[in-house]
Formats: sequence, structure tokens, C-alpha cells
Amino acid sequence: MRYIEEQSVMKKMNSRKILNSVFKGIFFVATLIALLTLAVLFYRILSQGLGYLTSDFFTNFASRFPEKAGIKAALIGSLWLMAVVAPVSMILGVGSAIYLEEYAKKNRVNDFIRVNISNLAGVPSVVFGLLGLTIFVRALALGNSILAAGFTMSLLILPVIIVASQEAIRAVPSEVRQASYGMGATKWQTILRVVLPSAIPGILTGSILALSRAIGETAPLVVIGVPVIIQFLPADVMDTFTALPMQIYDWAKRPQADFQNVASAGIIVLMAVLLLMNSVAVLIRNKFQKRY
Amino acid sequence: MKNWKYFMGTAMLGSALILGACGEESAQSEGTSNTEGGEAVEGSVAGDGSSTVAPILEALVEEYSAQSDVQVTVGVSGTGGGFEKFIAGTTDFSNASRPIKDEEAAQLEEAGIDYTEFLLAYDGLTVVVNPENDWATDLTVEDLKKIWVEDGTTKKWSDINPEWPDEEIVFYSPGTDSGTFDYFNEVILEEADMVSAATLSEDDNVLVQGVQGDKNAIGFFGYAYYLANQDTIKAVSIEGVEPNNETIESGDYSPLSRPLYTYVKNSAVAENPAVYDFMKYVIENAGAMAEAVGYVTAPQEEYDADMEALEGLK
Repeated sequence: MRYIEEQSVMKKMNSRKILNSVFKGIFFVATLIALLTLAVLFYRILSQGLGYLTSDFFTNFASRFPEKAGIKAALIGSLWLMAVVAPVSMILGVGSAIYLEEYAKKNRVNDFIRVNISNLAGVPSVVFGLLGLTIFVRALALGNSILAAGFTMSLLILPVIIVASQEAIRAVPSEVRQASYGMGATKWQTILRVVLPSAIPGILTGSILALSRAIGETAPLVVIGVPVIIQFLPADVMDTFTALPMQIYDWAKRPQADFQNVASAGIIVLMAVLLLMNSVAVLIRNKFQKRY
Repeated sequence: MKNWKYFMGTAMLGSALILGACGEESAQSEGTSNTEGGEAVEGSVAGDGSSTVAPILEALVEEYSAQSDVQVTVGVSGTGGGFEKFIAGTTDFSNASRPIKDEEAAQLEEAGIDYTEFLLAYDGLTVVVNPENDWATDLTVEDLKKIWVEDGTTKKWSDINPEWPDEEIVFYSPGTDSGTFDYFNEVILEEADMVSAATLSEDDNVLVQGVQGDKNAIGFFGYAYYLANQDTIKAVSIEGVEPNNETIESGDYSPLSRPLYTYVKNSAVAENPAVYDFMKYVIENAGAMAEAVGYVTAPQEEYDADMEALEGLK
């Protein structure tokens, strides 16, 4: 008895091979379309914007003359925003994740909380803007300050950070925790010395990706009334400011074609900031990742 | 084990340093403007409102900041969005590309906010078609109404004038939150619904591109957008009058010549010297700056009247 009926295998061979190459082609085209779009976008932005990307562009405020327009206020404003968002969202986000994963008991209430945090990640950013407007800007009377905008953005990315941190904490094998308890460590000692050190790459990667989202968001800032026309830098977190996406949007709307190019230069700056943050995330993951 | 603590430590130190650097830089810039500024007025002024008026304000704030320590911020939430913040009391002035609505005035009264209207400049709302469109060169207000009001049918150019081509009209209009839409709605549509086939966009450049790309397209937007694109789109004259600086300023380009305003909170002018100082600068220079960014200056009498009103508030 032969295990392989060569005749019948050969009969189907051709159609199998064709099907194989057809699907290979389909997937290749799918990848190509995505890459081409990106390439066209890059080309357009770079060809329009590079000419305006001078050192003056970083040291000037916005101007009615395209050649004098600069991104200083927006860039510094975005950095200030990040300086509020990063600590606030990470402390709250990692804290909630530790509570939910390590302390909270498995019951209906906590399951309900977990499901809702995941749902919150899908809520449109405008809604968070309205929340920020009601609570931080009006009720707490913070005005359109960096602090109010920072809190609003923190709320926006909090669900993402919580979910990412939960995943990272969950990925720490329970044997390691048990070993720590076995050595007589308390829960807090275990979390601080065992769980967090091995979860930190995942937590930081998730957090930085979430922060990248916060730096590119416009809608919540528009809703809480962040101004665009501004000719000074903030001196503390209670000052008002403007941010990169607001400034870019304002330029892109202008009638003069030159301002479209200035907007492109602004987009290059925003993309550079995003790429920088993302590569830091990759770097952290590679440097600190441990395998069990 | 020590690694991540070390990392967190450097990260915190790093961000502290960045912040420190920012603070220093802002202190420096204040220092330089101090030496340049002549008058000792200090404080802050906050405004918001129309995106049509924004370029004028940007130019004014740019020039004003070069000679004053007053910190001016202006948002661009649209005329309606600006009034919302004005009513909430968070802004000192609100830019508008249409006169204030009765309901907005009522809400301001309810909130106990007295305001004064200042005319900044004129804009000629420009109706544009594709350059290949050689039939619709002049439209009457009646024609515009026929073209833009929804009547349940698919509109063709031949419906407006039997001599025109039997082709569907393609519509491009500013979004409903803009003062430009409100103004068109008031003087042309007279509160009737706009054709549902219209493409609405808050970004006027989208409208420009739409009209550039379709022979049968018609659209409308502020005069500045027409000026910046006059090689690729064509303005329609209204009742025989072309939109240009003279016809817009004189009001001959009617009814689409529209005033651009800013509304100022009276108490802010009286109590905050920075608001008074900035508004004075605005009224003195609005005409010139408006011309510089593509709008039309108002007659000098208007600015004189504005100035008188401002002095009365102090």
C-alpha cells in the first residue's frame, strides 16, 4: 500500500499552485497600497514643507507672512502639555492597573469596571473634550490653561495606559510572584521588586504610544478653547498655550497656498516628535525586555 | 533590578531639565519685549470667534506683541463657538463674520454681559464657478436662490436658464457652524433649506479644490479665498456687480458684501487697561491689516465711530 497517491496529488497540484500565487498577489497588493499611500503622503509633505523648515521656523511665533511664520509657541506648548500629561496619566494609569490586576478580587463589580475601561478607550476624543470643558475648565475654573488641557488629555489616554499596563502585569508569570511570597515578601514588596521591574517595558511602551496619541489630538483642545493666535510662551502650568496640531490645522485652512507649505513643515515637526517618541518606546522594549 | 529605577530617575530629571529650559526661554523673551515696549501696560486679553476674522486678528496680534507686554490670545472656534465662550464669560472679545443673533444677545443679557460692536472690515462673500463655465457669468439674487434652495428635485443648469447646459449642478458650501454659511443663509436662502446635495466643509480650501475640479460646480466663500485662487476659479458677478475692493467697500456688491465684527465686553474695557490698550490698537490698525490679509477696509468714519465708542467705555 502506498501512502501517497501521486496521480491524484499531481492532478490537483496546478490549481493549488495557482491559488497560492493568486493569494500571494492579493496580499502583496494590499501591502503595496498601504505603503504607496504612505510614500505619497511622505513625498507630498516633505516636498512642500522642507523648504520652510529653517531654524527661524523653530524660533519664530506664528505670522501673517508665510516666510516668517514659526512653530515656537506650538512646539513649546506641546512639550508643556506632555510634561503634565505624562506624569498624571502614568501615575493614575499604572496605579489603576496594579490595583485591578494585583489587589482587586475577581467579582462582578470588578469585571464590570474592567469591561468599561476597555470601552472607554473607544470613546471619541470630542467627548473627553466636553468632559474637560465641564469639569476642569468651568467647574474647577482652571480656564484654558495647560493644566486643564493636560488633565483632559490624561483622561483621554488613561484607558489605553490602563489596558496596556494590565496586559504587561498579567504577562508576569505567577511562579515569580509565588517565589517572592515564599521568601516572605509582602504584596507591596512583590509588586515593587518583582512585578513592576519585569512589567516596566510593556507599561512604558504602551504609555509612550498613548502619549503619542495625546500629542497629535486636536478635537479636545478645540473644545476646551485652546487659542491659536498667541505670541508668548507659557511661564507655568496655569498659563494658556497652543499645541502643534492646532497650529497645523490653522495653517492648513488658510487661503494662501504658501501657508499650505508652512502647514506641511509643521506636520514634519509633529511627525519627527512622534517618530522620536515611538523609537524611544521600541528602544525601551528592546533594552529592558526579559524572557522567562 | 536597579535598571528601571535608574531609567525612571533619568526620565524625571530629563523632563525637569526640559521644563526648566522652557521657563528660562520664556523669561528671556519677556525680557527683550520689556526693553522694546514703550508703555507700561501689562496684563492679558483673551478672545475667540470666527475663523474668517482670525487672519486679521493674527496680523494685529503679531504687530501689537512686538511693541507691548500685554499677552493676547485668540481662539478660532467659529462665530457661534466664539459667542458661546463670550456668553460663558471666558473671553473679553468675540470675533464674528455676521451680526450677533437675537438669541445670542438675549443670552448675553441674561448673563449680565454688556457688549459693544466694533466693525473691523468688510468681506465680499464670493460666488465662484469653474473657469470652463462660460454660461454663468452673472447671476441675480433670484437665480442664486433658485440654485441653492432645496426643492426636492435634482438641479441642472438648464433649470435656471433654458439656454444653459443640461447638466447637474455640483454644490460646495461652507459648514453650517460658520458665519459665512449663516450670512448666506440669511440673505440668499432666507432661512429655507440649502440643497441637500451640497458638499459642506469647514475647510474653505476643500471648497476651492471642489470648484477647481468640476466644470459644473458652484460654491461660495470669503473674498480672501477667491483672491488667493483667482487663476483657477472664476467669480460670478451678482446683479451685474463684480466683487472687488471698491464694490465691496462701497456696498454696491450687494447683498453679499458683509461686515466683519468684533464684540467687546464693556466691563473688560473699563476694568482691564490691557483690553482697552489692545482694542485701541485694533481699531487704529484693523483697516490696514484687513487689506494685508485679503479683506477690504471699512470707511474711516466707521473706525472713528468705533474709537469714539471705545473711549466712551473707558
